[in-house]
Amino acid sequence: MIKLENVTKIFPGSEIPAVDNLNMEINEGEVCVLVGPSGCGKTTTMKMINRIFEPTEGKIYVNGEDISKINPIKLRLGIGYVIQEIGLFPHLNIAENVATVPRELKWPANKINQRVDELLTVVGLDPKLHRNRKPSGLSGGQRQRVGVARAMAADPPIMLMDEPFGAVDPITRARLQNEFLRLQEQLKKTIVFVTHDIDEAIKMGDRIAAMREGKLVQYSDPNELLSSPADEFVANLVGRNRSIKRLHLIRAYEAVRSNVPFLEKGDSMESVREKIEDSELRAVLVVDDRQKLIGLVSADDIKKDRGAKVAGDLAQEIENYVTDDATLNDALSVMLNLGEGYVAVVDDGHKLKGTITLGDLLEVVKDDDARAAS
Amino acid sequence: MMQELRRKWKGWILVPAILLGLAIGLTVYVVNNPGGTMAARMLTYPSIFRYLREHVLMVLVSCLLAIGAGVPIGIMLTRPRFRSIGRVVENIVNVGQTIPSLAILALFFTFLGRGFNTAVFALWLYSILPILRNTYAGIMSIQPGIIEAAHGMGMTPLHVLGRIELPLAYPVIMAGVRTAVVINVGTATLATFIGAGGLGDLIVTGISVGRPIIIFTGAALSAILAILLDHILGQIEERLVGS
Ligand SMILES: Nc1ncnc2c1ncn2[C@@H]1O[C@H](COP(=O)(O)OP(=O)(O)OP(=O)(O)O)[C@@H](O)[C@H]1O
Ligand SMILES: [Mg+2]
Repeated sequence: MIKLENVTKIFPGSEIPAVDNLNMEINEGEVCVLVGPSGCGKTTTMKMINRIFEPTEGKIYVNGEDISKINPIKLRLGIGYVIQEIGLFPHLNIAENVATVPRELKWPANKINQRVDELLTVVGLDPKLHRNRKPSGLSGGQRQRVGVARAMAADPPIMLMDEPFGAVDPITRARLQNEFLRLQEQLKKTIVFVTHDIDEAIKMGDRIAAMREGKLVQYSDPNELLSSPADEFVANLVGRNRSIKRLHLIRAYEAVRSNVPFLEKGDSMESVREKIEDSELRAVLVVDDRQKLIGLVSADDIKKDRGAKVAGDLAQEIENYVTDDATLNDALSVMLNLGEGYVAVVDDGHKLKGTITLGDLLEVVKDDDARAAS
Repeated sequence: MMQELRRKWKGWILVPAILLGLAIGLTVYVVNNPGGTMAARMLTYPSIFRYLREHVLMVLVSCLLAIGAGVPIGIMLTRPRFRSIGRVVENIVNVGQTIPSLAILALFFTFLGRGFNTAVFALWLYSILPILRNTYAGIMSIQPGIIEAAHGMGMTPLHVLGRIELPLAYPVIMAGVRTAVVINVGTATLATFIGAGGLGDLIVTGISVGRPIIIFTGAALSAILAILLDHILGQIEERLVGS
């Protein structure tokens, strides 16, 4: 889909190349993450793909076509672009910002309006509330969402994203990442994603290009990057606790234990007692008649409230849950933050899928260390 | 909503009305109390009206022409091709602004002779400077990421200019226009020296015949005119930005 051939970029007035003889191929429908320390040429590489910069040497192909022969405007209209500092237009409202490319493509007004509402909904912003606001009236996370919506407006097959989730707090970032991955699963766009955060790279990438001083040091899938770093530099980039990093790669739905005991809210006290006796945690999760998680009943709760007739009366709400598209790393941070030994896993409709315990996570990490050692 | 309405009313009606009232009141007063036949000959309704008309005309014509020249040149200097000379031109403009306006008038007087056209030409040249400089600075001060995003998404250069750069630079450009207008109202009082008329006639005559009331009339009217024009431009600016 995208192919870089011996691409070198030397900025005028500079001796050392910002990008040095880069060769790589990005497959259709894949997320390719460019990662590396600040100044290693990630942004420069990306900007050559939409011809904001012209390579000093080498060729870039998109869909087999040499892009230096394509009109830059035409090329860019087919490539979504999320810029490092977001780059929303401060004088235009959210709807106008999102409508930028459709307007360039001269879509009729009602089609543009429809598309704007659709996109805002997709990125989790209520169109009614946000359409007419200026970017300055949004939070950092909301602005990032608008930036992504704007890039997707005309449904381009390729997207370039330069640290799209850079300017938000870790919790919001994790949420944006998860939403983005869920979206990508349906849309299957070809994405070049720049970050200097190795954790983000491992989480988001189908393939990771580790860069250093303009050179491509290793280009492989996240698993391989973690298990066999090409050299010292990549090993340092990945960090020492590699097996913990692997928690980024596994999603809650892959690791969830679904055979955990649970109660329905109408269950009698007898079965409540019975199930709590049986459980290791001395507590049981309670769901409603649609399998949605209500909360938890523990052995203590039974003692405290003797008047309760059914499980639902006793259930206490819990915070230690994750959605099933969260990574095991997300699950771990929830456990650590709340001081719990497990999390409940729910789907996006809040239906209970099961639990993941700290022990489960240790198993994953241990397996991995064993494999690395052998 | 009510507040909005009240603000509009104040901006468009109340303040201009007060300023106009002040100018009319002043005129009526000096015409009726000239304090001597010498002053009475200068201070009649038709003559004051004529000075005012000449003055406004000089200022408006020169400023409109200055916008017509300064904005496009300013824009041109921000295009990548000319960016390198932009800095140089900016410096020349800054130096140009330090030349006294009277010197410029005198200079063109020697080339172009007396009259309205010479005055307009000199005022035009003088007021291009702030407009050109602010257009250039306004566009150059836009965060580069914003413009790059616009280009990167495939907007044509013309659309980037019209939809992104000019709207964002607009307040700065308008500030330049307002500066030019206010300076011009003042500078136009010097046009009397090259026989172009205007409120300067009142001031200079007042000085030569030693009648302070005539000087005062000319000075006050030109001050009120400057404030009024500046206020109106401010209203226009707010209206276009607020929408
Ligand atoms: N427009 C430019 N003109 C001259 N040099 C540039 C330009 N853009 C980038 N460079 C240089 O090229 C090198 C690579 O920069 P680049 O922006 O690609 O780094 P990066 O990997 O994206 O870093 P970061 O993580 O900080 O965004 C740097 O040394 C930078 O100073
Ligand atoms: Mg960068």
